[in-house]
Amino acid sequence: MTFIRSAILDELVDRWLSKVAALVALYVTFRGHNAPGGGFAGGLVLGGVFVLQFLTGREPHLRHRPIRRPTMLLGAGLLMALGTTAVPLFVDAAPLESHIWKPDIPVIGEVKVVSSMFFDLGVFMVVVAVVLMMLLSLGARGSSLVGDDGGEVS
Amino acid sequence: MSLPVLGPLIAAAVMLFLRRLSAQRFVSFMTLGVSLVASATTFVNIWDDGVIRVVRMSGWPGSFAITLVADRLAATMVLVATIVVTIVLAYATGQRAPDERSSFYHPVYMVMTAGISQAFLAGDLFNLFVAFEILLMASYVLLTLEGTNEQVRAGTTYVVLNILESMVLLMAIGLVFAATGTVSMAELPARLAELPDGVRMGLQLLLLVAFGIKAAVFPLFFWLPDSYPTAPSSVSAVFAGLLTKVGVYCLIRTQTLLFPGELGNVVIVIGAATMLVGVLGAISHRDMKRILSFQIVSSIGYMLFGLGIGGSAAIAATIFYLIHHIPVKTSLFLVEGIVARDSGSSSPDVVSGMARRSPILAVLFLVPALSLAGLPPFSGFLAKFAIVRAGVVDAQWVGIVVALVVSLLTLVSMVKIWVGVFWGDVEPAAKVSTVGVLRHQRLMGVSTGMIVALSLAIAVAAGPLYEFATLAAEQLLDVAGYVNAVRSA
Repeated sequence: MTFIRSAILDELVDRWLSKVAALVALYVTFRGHNAPGGGFAGGLVLGGVFVLQFLTGREPHLRHRPIRRPTMLLGAGLLMALGTTAVPLFVDAAPLESHIWKPDIPVIGEVKVVSSMFFDLGVFMVVVAVVLMMLLSLGARGSSLVGDDGGEVS
Repeated sequence: MSLPVLGPLIAAAVMLFLRRLSAQRFVSFMTLGVSLVASATTFVNIWDDGVIRVVRMSGWPGSFAITLVADRLAATMVLVATIVVTIVLAYATGQRAPDERSSFYHPVYMVMTAGISQAFLAGDLFNLFVAFEILLMASYVLLTLEGTNEQVRAGTTYVVLNILESMVLLMAIGLVFAATGTVSMAELPARLAELPDGVRMGLQLLLLVAFGIKAAVFPLFFWLPDSYPTAPSSVSAVFAGLLTKVGVYCLIRTQTLLFPGELGNVVIVIGAATMLVGVLGAISHRDMKRILSFQIVSSIGYMLFGLGIGGSAAIAATIFYLIHHIPVKTSLFLVEGIVARDSGSSSPDVVSGMARRSPILAVLFLVPALSLAGLPPFSGFLAKFAIVRAGVVDAQWVGIVVALVVSLLTLVSMVKIWVGVFWGDVEPAAKVSTVGVLRHQRLMGVSTGMIVALSLAIAVAAGPLYEFATLAAEQLLDVAGYVNAVRSA
């Protein structure tokens, strides 16, 4: 497979698109509590950035550091989501039950924070990790991209 | 109660950080130990008082929450599944197969365990669908982990068929929701009863098709004998023992809770056809693993037959069969794994004279084999006897004749394996001819022995167990009790 490798595309994707899209991804994730969005959608947006980076002929990277081991991200995301599920069990609440804080932050005003946000962040990380794993194992040219982790679909 | 679901999932996440195989094994066994204690506690509590336990995830009211419901049947299934999963994992550890050494085997195995438990405990249809997806995703990986050509070929069929099954199930759930406005199993019985007959029957048929594919029921069974034999033995043992049972379990739920007593005759006919086709497949094959896989299909037929007859005695017989079949089938696949590891294959073309080389292994094969064929005094005899007796009461003569003939043919297929693999002279090409087969594979032998012991324990404790199965069946048939228990929780 030949990759589209052009300076303009590189510039466009790396300098502009990826940063804007990453912000959009975070926005989508955090608004997800009461509005359409959430961790899954946000993760897909950020995953889309990595796909674009891949299509410009590079490995998926953050700040020019290639990401080689998304397994960790997958584990962290799963732990975060499952942690949110399990923690309420220790404070006598139903699993997955969400706690709502409404702290008053100066200048910004009242902010609504829910503990299920961590669940959403976990989902976000899982989705991003899965996109990365697919790119690294299915899209690898030779074995160099796969690293020492890419055995999962062998 | 949510521990058998949550625990393995958390363990899977933790294991992604552990690169050492020994650490992963440690986490796996610790988690399974904890789940074992948790599910045994739930089981004992429910055995005592028979009160349905309900956990509402997320604390939402009514049917909005994700509900986990444990009645007698569900609690038993979770316990048996956890025991079997634990022992098979010990076996896989002892086998030192290439797939178990992959850094993904243990996490995925845990995910599958969680999916199985969740499917048994699911309190609404959508939750059940999610559980199915979890265990299917994990099973795709486990089936193809070694990545041989044969595995990938069979895996493709398996994945396509199961995605089809998921689509049908999802469609059925969507239609159920469109027609009734709920997917909660506690709300559905009342709402479904209000629907016009045609709509209700359509929904039931869709659900039966979806769960029927999963349970490998005639005519949608063909993926099973094709894909299971290609998996590594430990994996196909769990698949054979548990995955199709999840489908049967869901069929039982559909037929008792959602559509009580409807289309019973259809289920009986399908059951009889499944028995017959399965056993014909079994006697027409030579390869040990293929024979065993076809026998799964024919056993599923027995359970459907009992389920179709309906009534507390027949359902109790079905439950007893379901529970007895899990350790029996699992142990047969485990024995096959030992033979294959020792001789490089379990085909009668390559192996013979196993009984002379390892009498213990021969016994480990013979006990579950005779049990599956339905010979007294083993658990299979009691299970089949109960089902046939329920058939006599209901005057299902054709079904009974089929069941008895199939039982005989099952014995024939077992004899084929026995004559081919265990009898005869020791093949000259055998690498170790004097040393016992099991001496090199202690852990595998011990774990197989434990499962065989479990199936013997079922035969010994058949009296109390059958009583319990009757209680479980009565609880299943008491739809109002289920509805009230979930609503008031």
